[in-house]
Amino acid sequence: MAQAIQSGKSLRFGELSLMVVFAALAVFSAFVATKAYTPEYAFHAILFAIGSAAAVFGIMKRYGVRAAVVEQTIDGKPNYNYGPIKFTAVAAMIWGLAGFLVGLIAALQLAYPALNFDLPWISFGRLRPLHTSAVIFAFGGNVLLATSLYVVQRTSRARLAGDLSPWYVALGYNFFIVIAGTGYLLGITRSHEYAEPEWYAILFLVTVWVTYLLVMLGTLWKRSEPHIYVANWFYLSMIVTIAVLVLGNNTEVPVSIFSSKSYPVWSGVQDAMIQWWYGHNAVGFFLTAGFLGIMYYFVPKRAERPVYSYRLSIVHFWALIFLYIWAGPHHLHYTALPDWAQTLGMTFSVILWMPSWGGMINGLMTLSGAWDKLRTDPVLRMLVVSVAFYGMSTFEGPMMAVKAVNALSHYTDWTIGHVHSGALGWVGFVSFGALYCLIPWVFNRKGLYSLKLVDWHFWVGTIGIVFYISSMWVAGIMQGLMWRSYTALGFLEYSFVETVDAMHPMYVIRALGGGLFVVGACIMAYNIYMTIRSPESEAVPSGRPSLAPAE
Amino acid sequence: MASAQNSSIWQKHGIFEKNSIVLVIGIIVAIAWGGLVEIVPLFYLKSTIEKVQGVRPYSPLELAGFNIYVREGCYNCHSQMVRPLRDEVERYGHYSLAAESMYDHPFQWGSKRTGPDLARVGGKYSDDWHRDHMNNPRAVVPTSIMPAYPWLAKTPLDLPNIKEDLRTLAIVGVPYTKEMIDKADADLKAQATADGGDVQKRYANAIARDLGGKPTELDALIAYLQRLGTQVDFKLYDAKANIR
Repeated sequence: MAQAIQSGKSLRFGELSLMVVFAALAVFSAFVATKAYTPEYAFHAILFAIGSAAAVFGIMKRYGVRAAVVEQTIDGKPNYNYGPIKFTAVAAMIWGLAGFLVGLIAALQLAYPALNFDLPWISFGRLRPLHTSAVIFAFGGNVLLATSLYVVQRTSRARLAGDLSPWYVALGYNFFIVIAGTGYLLGITRSHEYAEPEWYAILFLVTVWVTYLLVMLGTLWKRSEPHIYVANWFYLSMIVTIAVLVLGNNTEVPVSIFSSKSYPVWSGVQDAMIQWWYGHNAVGFFLTAGFLGIMYYFVPKRAERPVYSYRLSIVHFWALIFLYIWAGPHHLHYTALPDWAQTLGMTFSVILWMPSWGGMINGLMTLSGAWDKLRTDPVLRMLVVSVAFYGMSTFEGPMMAVKAVNALSHYTDWTIGHVHSGALGWVGFVSFGALYCLIPWVFNRKGLYSLKLVDWHFWVGTIGIVFYISSMWVAGIMQGLMWRSYTALGFLEYSFVETVDAMHPMYVIRALGGGLFVVGACIMAYNIYMTIRSPESEAVPSGRPSLAPAE
Repeated sequence: MASAQNSSIWQKHGIFEKNSIVLVIGIIVAIAWGGLVEIVPLFYLKSTIEKVQGVRPYSPLELAGFNIYVREGCYNCHSQMVRPLRDEVERYGHYSLAAESMYDHPFQWGSKRTGPDLARVGGKYSDDWHRDHMNNPRAVVPTSIMPAYPWLAKTPLDLPNIKEDLRTLAIVGVPYTKEMIDKADADLKAQATADGGDVQKRYANAIARDLGGKPTELDALIAYLQRLGTQVDFKLYDAKANIR
């Protein structure tokens, strides 16, 4: 303490109160662990106790080494905070590898069921949510955190708001991922697709998410640019809407504070509608709006061209967020949901095609006058191809939302193929492109270790995606047709299991495609690792002008 | 290029671009409509809240099975929603009604049929078939790709707090009476004896099985599966009653 006084440093109110809160949480979690109904829940309570204790220790340790005052600017330039960005960028890479690999295992289990090994923890029903959450929330979420925390600083020309709060967002979010992921393997699930984590994980996530919103807003409030850049609109719409959706879909009552189990307040048809209002907009806002934010910053930056049309971006933004929220019922065509709701969902899904393509056009046309760079810059090529995949899957989606098409495609692997053309092609590639840009910037490296490896990643990944989606088209349409096939005498032609047998070759090809995608990601991980290991660039990269505001 | 009128509209948009709070409010207003219009009526419309004769809350043993179904992620590969399409009605049975899942917290309609729909699987196969199938699906369906669940038959159903589950479900609207909650432990065991005690008084048509009062997780799951889609007597159901 004496040392601290000498250096003019004192414990801030935030540090002190956070330490108190975490210490209390640690004690409380340890208490819950002793009374937990199941060993699985006790395990999670212990993780919470350890995490909270580590947070107290971390804050104390950080206090010892941090400067007394954080400079907002250095030599008149904003003193950007890259720490949490470095962490989330590397976390995205690691979770990405894990998530893709689990996906590959799940794909192989469908082709070769012996790979379930008769073990509860890795049987398909538990592994599939692990895969979806790992790629969407662990990989995608960390990419969104890393890029948004970077973009909001650079386009505001201001240091990130808060001192501990950005770290609480970065570390807390990843702690949530650990709780969610281990929970699935242990059988703790709400069984709402993409919303499986139980009540206590969600409660914790809400605190992280609110902090995230405040960090973003706080940084915008400090901005030295008059306008909020368009990428930030998309990030904000993602943060706000996901908060609304999660609160709506996670309305549940825990059985006890000592039990991981909760029962949702909604049931049956209301639960189904609320789940797909959530589920479709997890796609619409997490995997679309958030990643469009990435597109609006990284594509112009990498192409060194301004965004094609400012007005199109305004129309694109409002039309997209207004229309997307209506599209959920297309997941429930021909179910017990009333027809009018299904028709409404279908109609808005078809209209949604327009703003989606407006966004695609705005991204692609930004390349005007810089198309030649696609030959020489594989990172830009990756970004541009991701936008092309976005265009493709946002055409396929509205088509599949038409009831007549959906009658065939629903419940089949066509849906899986559609999701993956968006997930691997759009979200995956735009994330890879953004990370390839971002990591040298925040680690202050001259450039990537190897552009040639990016080229390899691009081609191996693209071929993998093509294998994946084309095999799933064939599988889905074939199975859909077999289910409704009749003999000349008017009997159903195929038993269910015959249609399953017919899937086998397609499942093998899908796993091959997924395998190639994993290989691509491994190439990337090596490239990123070597980039971070390379020496720091000497020239401070302050020469990059910030983007012009959208006007 | 742009007319004066046009440029003023674009300039007016500046209010969103310069005020983060205005932008956030704008976002909330834009995203509110879809959910409100599509969700709120479902709590009032006859077709979505109709009560159909025969639909009752799960007995404690069936509820335990339902929770195992959720835990193992069965919904990842099996839907529980027969659509009113000719081939589905012929393959699975009468199309599903909203009322049939009204006590499912959470709903198990699913979104993928890697395996067949289970909405009407109850009574289609024997208990023994289910037992063999869950232990090793390929023993009864040679080319099945379903994982085996051998641990279910080996794990005794150990639910000392089942009462709290019923109480929680009562809070969220399932009509469990005080008597049902108080007798939850006894009912759980009674349904696993040959005569079933008086379980059927509280849970109509609950099937009792001679399991010596000590059911395994598999027994609970089978109790749940065998009840799926069997509650409504479609000879009596009037589909037109709630059409306006």
